[in-house]
Order: sequence, then structure tokens, then C-alpha cells
Amino acid sequence: MDVVKLQKQLVDYRASLYHEAFLDEQFTQLQELQDENNPDFVVEVVSLFFEDSERLLNELAKALEQQSIDFKRVDAHVHQLKGSSSSIGAQRVQKVCITFRNYCEEQNVEGCLKCLQQVKHEYSLVKTKLETMFKLQQQILAAGGSIPM
Amino acid sequence: MESCNCIEPQWPADELLMKYQYISDFFIALAYFSIPLELIYFVKKSAVFPYRWVLVQFGAFIVLCGATHLINLWTFTMHSRTVAVVMTTAKVLTAVVSCATALMLVHIIPDLLSVKTRELFLKNKAAELDREMGLIRTQEETGRHVRMLTHEIRSTLDRHTILKTTLVELGRTLGLEECALWMPTRTGLELQLSYTLRQQNPVGYTVPIHLPVINQVFSSSRAVKISPNCPVARLRPLSGKYVPGEVVAVRVPLLHLSNFQINDWPELSTKRYALMVLMLPSDSARQWHGHQLELVEVVADQVAVALSHAAILEESMRARDLLMDQNVALDLARREAETAIRARNDFLAVMNHEMRTPMHAIIALSSLLQETELTPEQRLMVETILKSSNLLATLINDVLDVSRLEDGSLQLDLGIFNLCAVFREVLNLIKPIASVKKLHVSLNLAPDLPEYAIGDEKRLMQTILNVVGNAVKFTKEGSISITAFVAKSESLRDSRAPEFFPVPSDNHFYLRVQVKDSGSGISTQDIPKLFTKFAQTQSTATRNSGGSGLGLAICKRFVNLMEGHIWIESEGLGKGCTAIFTVKLGIPERLNESKLPLMPKVSSNHGQTSFSGLKVLVMDENGVSRMVTKGLLVHLGFEVTMVSSSDECLHVVSHEHKVVLMDVCVPGMDGYEIAVQIHEKFTKSHERPLIVALTGNTDKVTKENCMRVGMDGVILKPVSLDKMRSVLSDLLEHRFFRGHIEMKNIGD
Repeated sequence: MDVVKLQKQLVDYRASLYHEAFLDEQFTQLQELQDENNPDFVVEVVSLFFEDSERLLNELAKALEQQSIDFKRVDAHVHQLKGSSSSIGAQRVQKVCITFRNYCEEQNVEGCLKCLQQVKHEYSLVKTKLETMFKLQQQILAAGGSIPM
Repeated sequence: MESCNCIEPQWPADELLMKYQYISDFFIALAYFSIPLELIYFVKKSAVFPYRWVLVQFGAFIVLCGATHLINLWTFTMHSRTVAVVMTTAKVLTAVVSCATALMLVHIIPDLLSVKTRELFLKNKAAELDREMGLIRTQEETGRHVRMLTHEIRSTLDRHTILKTTLVELGRTLGLEECALWMPTRTGLELQLSYTLRQQNPVGYTVPIHLPVINQVFSSSRAVKISPNCPVARLRPLSGKYVPGEVVAVRVPLLHLSNFQINDWPELSTKRYALMVLMLPSDSARQWHGHQLELVEVVADQVAVALSHAAILEESMRARDLLMDQNVALDLARREAETAIRARNDFLAVMNHEMRTPMHAIIALSSLLQETELTPEQRLMVETILKSSNLLATLINDVLDVSRLEDGSLQLDLGIFNLCAVFREVLNLIKPIASVKKLHVSLNLAPDLPEYAIGDEKRLMQTILNVVGNAVKFTKEGSISITAFVAKSESLRDSRAPEFFPVPSDNHFYLRVQVKDSGSGISTQDIPKLFTKFAQTQSTATRNSGGSGLGLAICKRFVNLMEGHIWIESEGLGKGCTAIFTVKLGIPERLNESKLPLMPKVSSNHGQTSFSGLKVLVMDENGVSRMVTKGLLVHLGFEVTMVSSSDECLHVVSHEHKVVLMDVCVPGMDGYEIAVQIHEKFTKSHERPLIVALTGNTDKVTKENCMRVGMDGVILKPVSLDKMRSVLSDLLEHRFFRGHIEMKNIGD
């Protein structure tokens, strides 16, 4: 495919992600940190984020299924998730985490469950988007082009 | 047949008489002999008999009489001469003794009679004493009754019980037919029958209080006898037949009554009285005695005291109930206020975050833009954007700070800064706008103004900028002049601020800034309103100038925090105005060139500081954020070691590490503890690595905790490249400054 066209696609796609608030400027920072010494920095960080988040979401689902829910544990997990998502700039996930934490403080089970669903939803959205973006990048590299900033 | 011993003839008829005489004489003699015997016997028995001599005489007299009669017995028949002689002797003796006795009795009998009289007198006396004893006993009993009554009355604090008990006990003690209590009504014009002894339900009889009999009773403190026909005493239908018993009335002072309005009784004292009426039974002839009246008076007094106690108790109970209600209401209000405060804090916390996010985007992207290839003009533009957005970020902080200003929880960030540079910055910022409006701006700094000062640079600049900005805003044409000088004590006292007594000292000086403009001016009545929040003057020029009206209010608070004063003078509309403020700044001591901060905060740091090879330690539990932080630091050239727990951190940290960055907002892991332990581990301050906290909260509590454990810096997550660079370069260069400046908050 045409490299230029791919590059334009990538740029537009990225812009849309920012526009729709899937990502914020923190992601830009991450891209900044990628250089010749560290060529795959972003991909590494994002993969780590995916692993971490999946683990945390499983833990959360388990913890919320218990008869007597340990809100402190739930809160700790959500805090972790919030930290990770803010570190890579996954803005929407982070926002839901904030709401989630409030429900945890209030010990509101329904709210927590609702938030869990929301977080899962947002996470899967952002995951899909990022994966699409990486695929585009790989396509560009394969076609011999360079990734536009 | 003359004297011969012939047989006595049979008793002839007059011999019967002789016989009877014979027997009588015998008995007389017997009696006469037994009388002295009896006398002797009884006298011997009695202890007191003063007249023994009389007794002897009398005895002799009796004996002799008896003897005479006895001897007489022998004379009925023929008797010899001896008998006759004896008889004669006896008679003679008897005569002598009788006469003597008779003579003696003349003296004795009056004596005996007077004894009798005395005896009678003594008996009377005894009877009288008995009577008096009876009286005393009655009085004593009465006294006991009073004590018992009093005890009964005083044993309860309930008004009704007191009065009822009084009536019952009085009725019992005095044996009354009826006992009634008349209380004054609310208006004080009538007496209403409130309690009676016998009648069960006294139904609202009232009597006007002005009756003469009532006045008579009220004017004396004693119990007064009144006529049974007067209205207060006519409680029962008269039975007609009998004379009604005596009636007594006494006043009962009512003390401390609060519900009565004293309206039209100027002539009487303000004391209110109740009337107690006591009636003796109507068919007895009993009378009121003095001691009974005394009893009644005493009881009336006791009742008054007991009633006043009851009234006081009622009052205090009512007050207590009121207080409890008020307490409940206050508690509710407090809880509501707390809820409101919490809601506001939550709102602020959220807004805090929401407002900063776009600012971060702007600042980050502009700083990134700076890193790219730009033409000089573009660079200048980007720098201005960055400066303005930094100021805006500060302003956002301060809008949120207004609430903290209200609480009084805002504190100044003191630091050494370049005073002249502040003014120059303000000028640079304001020049573009002023030149658009074709206003001439001049800055006049006095030569004795110190170059460096200690104070809150950010807020000072904000204040100056606000004041100058207002001057520019409200001036359509002409010029603006800014003058700054050190205020001397005479010029410090200003008639506009009489309560302001600044005292300069060796370590401080007062900076006075005057901003004069030739603009639309302010009318004198509007001047006081200028510093109130959200209030704006209504002149047409200002209508479209926007602004929230917070500016001057915030400035005033900052100036107050800096122990200064701000005010505005204007000669009137159209005559321009001058804004003047004075603030207290510190004089930095031992100014040593190498220790001074190299650059003011606002200008960007083109950071060519090389960090290559410097070792840092990053502690973060979260894998992703750890990796991001590492990436940042590696990009800057640091050599990074990563740990994920506090134990590991303490284990690994050494004097080779220049900085330790730790995430402190992880629940469960106490980053503060680690800081304390690092301080303990490295006793020599130059060996100790700098400790920087990474956190998502910039609230006061977090900052205080960081300060408390001795952290060197706080960075707000998420961190931009620039921020990290500038923070670390600042910290590493100014390592020696740690003793002089308080911990820098490099959050935004």
C-alpha cells in the first residue's frame, strides 16, 4: 500500500484517539521517550499495561464476587489500575477508575459492579484502538516508511 | 323487913329505863375508850401531826369521860362508898380536863380551819398548773405538727402536691371543716379558687381582688379572722341551722413568678399573694387560739418558700429542655455545615483535577513545541504562551485557593527571588496589551530597592500584575506609571490606614508600590466596594470588561498575608486613580553570589544540564508507571535502578544514588516511613540522596507529610519530560540551598 497514505491514516487515527479522549498528553510523553536507544519503548510499556490491567481486572471480578467484599483490596486494585492507566495516558480508563474508587469508599456494591463493567468496556476499547494503531505502524515499517510523530 | 339481903325484886317497869341507860352507858364507855385508841393508832400511822399536845388533852378528856360513864355502870345498883368516891373523882377530873380542852380548842380551831383554806388554795393551784401543762403539751404537739407539715410540704417539688398536702395536713392538724386556696389569675385582677380540701373540683369561682377584706388580709403578714359571710369564705351552701365556724385567712406570698404581667398595679408592691382561707367546723364552739394562728402563719410562709422552689425547678427544667432542643438543632446545623463543607471539598478536589488536565496538555505540548525547530519569532511566541499558561495555571490554583484563603489555610511560599526581575516580567507581560491600547507604561524602581528579597514571588507578581492589569483595563488613553520604593516609617503611616502600624526591622523591609493611571477613575462611594468579592462598579466602561470581580479581593488577601495594606485613591470619575500597596518582604542575609538562584521561575529552562551517569533509584509498586518513569529518566541520561517495594528500596539504596524517587500515594505502602528511614540511614547530609515524592495529590495533607519526613521535593503525576528535567536540575544544582529555602513545591 502507499506509504504516504498509510502515514496519513496513522496520523489521522492518532488524532482521533486524542480527540475522543482515549489518550491524553501522557501518551505523547511516552512517544517522546522513544529514541534510537529505546526503539520499542512505547510498545513495551503498552504491552506491560495490557498484562497488568488484565490481571487486575480478573482480581477485581473475583474480589467483587465474594459474599463479604473486602473493599480495601478492591480499592487497592483500582488504585493500581488508575496508576497504570494514567502513566500511559489512557484517559477514559483513568476517569472510570476515579469513580470506581469513590464507590469503593462508600462501599456501594452496585456502584462498584457497574464501574467494573465500565472499566472493562473502556479497557477493551482502548486496547483495540492501540492494537490497531500498532498494526498500522508495523504496516508502515514493513512498507519501508518511518513513523510520523 | 328493912335492909336485909333479900332477893332483888323482879325488874319493875321503870327498871326498863334503867336497863337501857345501863346498856347505853356501857356502849358510850366503849366508844369513848376506843376513840383515843383509834386516834393513837392513826396518828402513829401518819407522819405529820403537829398538835400532839392537843391530842393528849383530847385523849385524856375522852378517857375520863369514858371512865365516868363506865363507873356510872356501877351506880345503877347499890354501890359502896368507894365506888361513889371513884365516881366523884372521875367526874371532877373530867370536868377539869373538859374545861381545859374547851379553852384550848378556842385557839386550835382557827388554826385548823386555816390549814383547810391553804389546802384548798393549793388544790386550785394544782388544777391551774395542770391546765397550763395541758396547754403546753398542746402547743408542743402543734409544733410537731408544723414540723411534720413542713416536712411534707418540702418533700416534694411539684406545685400541686405541695398545695394539696398543705391543705390536707392543715385540715388534719387543726380539725378544719374546709380549707381553700385562692390564687391570683393571670391578669392579677381576680382571685381564683384553685384548691380546696373537701370539694373535689373547685370550678372557677373568682372574686375580684380589690375587696376590702382581701386587702386587709394582704396588708398584714399575720393570720386574720374574717367574717364567714365574705365571698372568699362562702364556699359551701350554708346549712342554715348552725352557726358557721370561725374563719381565718392568711396571705401566701408568691415569689419569682414569671408569667404574670404586672400591668395596672402601681400602688401595690410587686409582690403577688395568694389567699389561704381556713374554716373551723360549723357546729362546734371552737375558737381560734393564738397558737393555732401562729401555726397557720408559719405554714403559709413555708408554703411560699416551697412554691418558689417548685417554680425555680420548673423554670430550670424548661430552660434545660430548651437547651436540649437548641443543642439538637445546633448539632443538625453543624452536621449540615460539615456535609456542605465536605461536598465543597469534594467538588474542589474534582475541579482541581479537571482544571489542571487541560492546563497540563497546554503546558506539555508547548514545552514540547519548544524542543522542536523554531524560528526566533516562533520561539518568542511559544515562550509567551508558556509563560502565560503558567500564570494561568497559577491563577487556577488561586481561584481554588480563594476558598482556602477563606479558611485561612493558605500559606505563602517563601523563597529568595529577584525583585527587579519580577517588575520587569510584569512590564513585559503588560506591554503588548498596553501598546495595543496605545498606553504608555513606565516603571520606576527606586535605587535603594534591594535586588533580592525573600517572599512569595508568585503571589507578589500576581498582585502586581492584577493591579497593573486593572490600571490598563480601565484606562482608555494616557499613561500608566509604576513606582516601587522602600517605604520609610513616616511614609508608612497613611491616613487611609490608621490601624496599620508597620515596623521595619533589620531583617525585613516594606516594599511600597504605586500604580497611577489616567483612566476613568472611581467615584469615592465606590472605593470601599472595590475589595469585596464579585462586586463591580456599574460604570458603562466596565460593563464589557469581563472578569469575575475576584482580582482585587484576592490581592487584598495576599497583601494581608504579606502583612501589608492595599488601597486605592481616586479624585473622582474621569480623574484617574492610583492603587497603592505595601508588603513586608524579607532581606536575604549573607548574599553570596554562588548561592543565588540562577534564574527566575517563569523563564523556561533550556536545560543543558547533563545528567549522564548520575544514578537514581525509582520506587514504584505499579509496573507500568515504574516503566514510564524509568523511560523518562533514561531519556534524560540518568542511570536508573528500579525497585518495587519499600524493603527492596532500603536494601538497595546507597550513597551512590543521587536521587530517590518514590511513589507515595500507594495505599498500604508508607513512602513517608521510607523517607524517615533513609534519613536515619544516612546521617551525613551530603551523602544522603535527595528524596523526591511522586504523587497524584497536591493537597495540603500530602505536602505536609512530605515536609514532615524531610523530602526534598514533590512532583505531581503525570510528569512531563520538561518537568522532570527542571525539577531534577533545580534540586541537584541547589543542593546546598536545602537549609535556606523550604521545600519547593514543583507540582505545576
